[in-house]
Amino acid sequence: MSMAAPEPKANMGQSVPRYDAVAKVTGRAQYAADVPLANPAYAYLVTSSIAKGRIDRFDLTVAKQVRGVIDIVTHENAETLKEPKLSSNGGYASTTIQPLKSPEIAHEGQIVAVVLAETFEAAREAAHLVKVSYTAAVPTATFDSPGTTAARAKGQLSQFKEDPAVGDFAKAFEQAEVKVTASYETPTQHHNSMELFATSCVWNGDSLTIYEPSQYVYGLKNAVADQLGIDADKVRVINPYVGGAFGSKGSMTPRTAIIASIARRLGRPVKLVATRDQGFTIATYRAETRHVIQIGAGSDGRLTALRHEGAEISSRPDAYAVGGTKTTTRLYACPNVASLVSIVRADRNTPGFMRSPPEVPYMFALESAMDELAVKLNMDPIELRRVNDTSKEPIGGKPYTSRSLLACYDEGAKAFGWANRNSQPKSMSDGDWLIGYGCATTCYPTQMAPAAARVRLQRDGRARVEIAGHEIGNGAYTVIGQAAAERLGIPFEKVSVFIGDSDLPPAPVAGGSNSTASTCSAVITVCDQIRRRLFKALMPDENLVDKAKETVGLAQPPSTQAAQSDRPLDLDRAFDALGVSVVEEYGEWKPEGAPMDSFRAMHKGEVRMVGGDKMSDKIAYAFGAEFVEVRVNRWTHEIRVPRIVGAFAAGHIMNPRTSHSQLMGGLIWGMSSALHEATEIDPRYARYVNDNLADYLMPVNADVPSVEVIMLSEQDDHINPAGVKGLGELANVGTNAAVCNAIFHATGQRIRKLPVRLEKLEA
Amino acid sequence: MRPFAYQRATDASAAVAALAVAATDNNPLTESKVQPLAGGTTLIDLMKLDVMRPSTVIDINPLASAWSAINLDGGNLRLGALARMSDVAANPEIQHNYPVVADALRLAASQQLRNMATLGGNVLQRTRCTYFRDVSYGNCNKRNPGSGCAALEGINRMHAVLGISEQCIATYPGDFAQALIALDATVEITGRSGVRTIPFSELHKPPGNSPQIETTLAAGELISGFSIPGRWPRSVYLKARDRQSYEFALASAAVALDIQDGVVRDARVALGGVATVPWRAREAEAVIKGQKLDDGLAQRVAEAAFATAKGNKHNAFKIGLGKRVVARALHQAAAMEV
Ligand SMILES: Cc1cc2nc3c(=O)[nH]c(=O)nc-3n(C[C@H](O)[C@H](O)[C@H](O)COP(=O)(O)OP(=O)(O)OC[C@H]3O[C@@H](n4cnc5c(N)ncnc54)[C@H](O)[C@@H]3O)c2cc1C
Ligand code: SF4
Repeated sequence: MSMAAPEPKANMGQSVPRYDAVAKVTGRAQYAADVPLANPAYAYLVTSSIAKGRIDRFDLTVAKQVRGVIDIVTHENAETLKEPKLSSNGGYASTTIQPLKSPEIAHEGQIVAVVLAETFEAAREAAHLVKVSYTAAVPTATFDSPGTTAARAKGQLSQFKEDPAVGDFAKAFEQAEVKVTASYETPTQHHNSMELFATSCVWNGDSLTIYEPSQYVYGLKNAVADQLGIDADKVRVINPYVGGAFGSKGSMTPRTAIIASIARRLGRPVKLVATRDQGFTIATYRAETRHVIQIGAGSDGRLTALRHEGAEISSRPDAYAVGGTKTTTRLYACPNVASLVSIVRADRNTPGFMRSPPEVPYMFALESAMDELAVKLNMDPIELRRVNDTSKEPIGGKPYTSRSLLACYDEGAKAFGWANRNSQPKSMSDGDWLIGYGCATTCYPTQMAPAAARVRLQRDGRARVEIAGHEIGNGAYTVIGQAAAERLGIPFEKVSVFIGDSDLPPAPVAGGSNSTASTCSAVITVCDQIRRRLFKALMPDENLVDKAKETVGLAQPPSTQAAQSDRPLDLDRAFDALGVSVVEEYGEWKPEGAPMDSFRAMHKGEVRMVGGDKMSDKIAYAFGAEFVEVRVNRWTHEIRVPRIVGAFAAGHIMNPRTSHSQLMGGLIWGMSSALHEATEIDPRYARYVNDNLADYLMPVNADVPSVEVIMLSEQDDHINPAGVKGLGELANVGTNAAVCNAIFHATGQRIRKLPVRLEKLEA
Repeated sequence: MRPFAYQRATDASAAVAALAVAATDNNPLTESKVQPLAGGTTLIDLMKLDVMRPSTVIDINPLASAWSAINLDGGNLRLGALARMSDVAANPEIQHNYPVVADALRLAASQQLRNMATLGGNVLQRTRCTYFRDVSYGNCNKRNPGSGCAALEGINRMHAVLGISEQCIATYPGDFAQALIALDATVEITGRSGVRTIPFSELHKPPGNSPQIETTLAAGELISGFSIPGRWPRSVYLKARDRQSYEFALASAAVALDIQDGVVRDARVALGGVATVPWRAREAEAVIKGQKLDDGLAQRVAEAAFATAKGNKHNAFKIGLGKRVVARALHQAAAMEV
């Protein structure tokens, strides 16, 4: 075992190497834009340089003269597509702003023309020669820009139904012995996956095949069919590998149906690879947010009052909000809670999901404020979390299915050396560097959604698993293969996994960290069907089957531990009894509490996610504790993070190796969201300025000398058959607060607005 | 990117002849239809962004055999223009005798870029001003003379505070040039009528009223090498930046000192990340010469270096930061064991 592949503890699977590792490191893995097409036309987008106004006219004369140009599509000649519905409001789309529909411009970088040519180079050259004349209006960029409109989020979108509240906040805050009131801000961020937003569309008669990186092949298939007005059965989306997504590839962006319609018109395949800077405006982003937190506590540190008010930017037409108060109001014991989320509209593209959408900004505010409270109380920040720990969330009084937050703090603190921390700010240094230690809580809702799978088992012990899951770097191939291997009692090497294709049985969006829980639960369910069939063949008498269940575990509680302790199946005998050599089962699984229409919706590509705070009689979250050492240079105020330690508990860990790398990546991202990542907006033009990888900063290797990931053993039998909580979005939450808390400890300066650039620290 | 012809230079005279033909007097050199290609890490980038639009590039790498030598004979340093950044940074004799040169190169860009990039291309790298690099902004005096400056009232955190004009506040982004200007380097320029040598400090032109003209190179001229007189073992390059590697300077200082019996006999201070051109802080040097370095003096030197600095909306912090960087670099240089 190595650091990258930790030794499994109790209730953890094996650290098997990634199923797709060799294909990826040898370049054999084919991403969407790698798929060779027969005689494609290459598309290049022209995007608007204004954020508000209208197109007066195009001058395409010069552009059309470029050798190899086939066509230039603008709103003047584009096919009219059906209006999409927003995904956060029950639809499929990342935005309802539909480009190439009219001369109106709703945001910077909106697609205004698509150039088609025989080569990528010719398309790009011609795109640079397209002249667009606009009548520009003065756009509204962001908070504080003239022209914003703000309104309460509740009632505007189906995803955010209520501002959580309990007790009498105003009175309790008024009477509190110790009070903290503080405002926080988080910046715009863009996903910037390595893989660009690519789409290839190939028509074969009236059938359409789409090669596009997607976190939701069933969603995309149905979405595009809707927009084109064709039957969803005629559309197939293929993407066996996705080169990073982080939420940006979860909903349909306008480009897909546009490219599909152009391909249909041209009668040949069309391939688009949007540029890095276009990715900033033709897809989504994490919107900037503002927060006011008020906390009242007794002198013993117990919270008596908590209020969290959040405001988020969205586009003019679309009500998108992440509403992280659903988490922050339930995290700690507190009898009097109030909250309010509002949406502030500006002339921007519509924001969307980005890794831990609600928790990253909202937990930054809460966990910073908790640190401020600890300072006021002169209390150790871990102790403050301890006195406010709870087994029931305070809003509805529902019990957490399991909660190992304090155990995470204990293990993390030990590994980090928290005991060496001098609690006084500015008390620790090393030469030119001031040293600070900070910590924060992370949590992420345990979510799952209905999923289906098809599993085939052969007499020779080989199995084939088919499920339209998504390999977004999360290790989906690996854990799906492991789930089948464990459940069928065969070696992992004998399992073939097929995912990333909408012709396979449906799986939910790879978002909300539900993938492993949902896909593995479905695979386990179907593997159990196979086992049941084999046992039935062996023991046709019902009573005997019951006996078999007892001895081999078919009726065991839903955890893969049970499967592991089973006796291995005697496959030869079973297949002999069955009279064939291959057995195949298709099955559908839905989580407890899933709505009545779940299975219908699943096939329509509509998400029915349950879990987190949305369960009727309980609440399920994964937890963790994160520790950061920062060093601040006395002279330059440069801020560096030599060490991060995170301790996490997330139910059954399918694979410590893939989990380790998810959590490590998360911690790095979390640090980055405090110190590096921010999209700058020019307020005059409402335009993103640093829309490239040189100016949009992320940490490089030298910024990440040491990251330690600790996974605690935790068993939770109240969530799903796989016992999995999901941890893809766990580790990048709270890290931003831990960094700022450490900066406070190093310098005595509290930074409440991200990112922390060196100029924010005073001399 | 637009289609272009690619030619390999067979020898220097053919290369300069080809360059001279295309250049017209009223065009700045950077707009010339024929451009030399060295490592390409600036040029190809800008061509893809449609900022530079040559119709022909002349690959000068075939001249490397003549133009890439590193030579430390006779107490001076001579560097060929086609020497790679990584080779020069890794040279032990340069590390020992010219730490400011080795570090300015080592702390620049990334290993991959340094492996490609040449010294000549490096000093001619163009500003990273985001408005300059995005042609969808019409208002950039450097790209589009007379159109205005989008950065002046825009996002200008990375922009310059020294040597700026109302027409342009774009930062000269390079690191190596600060070492050259500090050490009184000269540039060897090969043109049609032979070789001429000028002080490095005369290579770049501050924006003034014509930010589109960035250097004093004439049509058909190539940089063939650099020379640094003397040795400077007591020298440092200190670079403050947003991340630990692969990032341009917010403020940097190239400092070289000659200290004898505790007294500073000669001092060189150059500033990066804060000025429109490679920046020698001669006023600051005057303050220190003949003195003993202490905290107070370092502070006065730093003040003098930034006496004429002017901040804009997001970059005023560079003045305070730059001063602290200068003071720290002075202390570091003074403390070196040489
Ligand atoms: C992401 C990124 C980060 C970077 N970070 C840094 C950094 O931190 N610090 C830093 O200093 N630099 C940095 N750079 C810039 C990099 O160092 C330069 O791009 C490189 O040094 C240019 O050298 P080249 O040989 O590739 O030049 P080219 O791209 O080949 O040429 C640059 C220009 O000079 C002209 N030219 C080239 N050679 C000659 C010659 N001999 N005579 C006359 N004209 C010539 C070319 O026509 C062109 O206009 C970074 C670049 C990138 C892309
Ligand atoms: S600072 Fe210079 S390069 Fe940048 S926009 Fe202004 S004129 Fe153009």
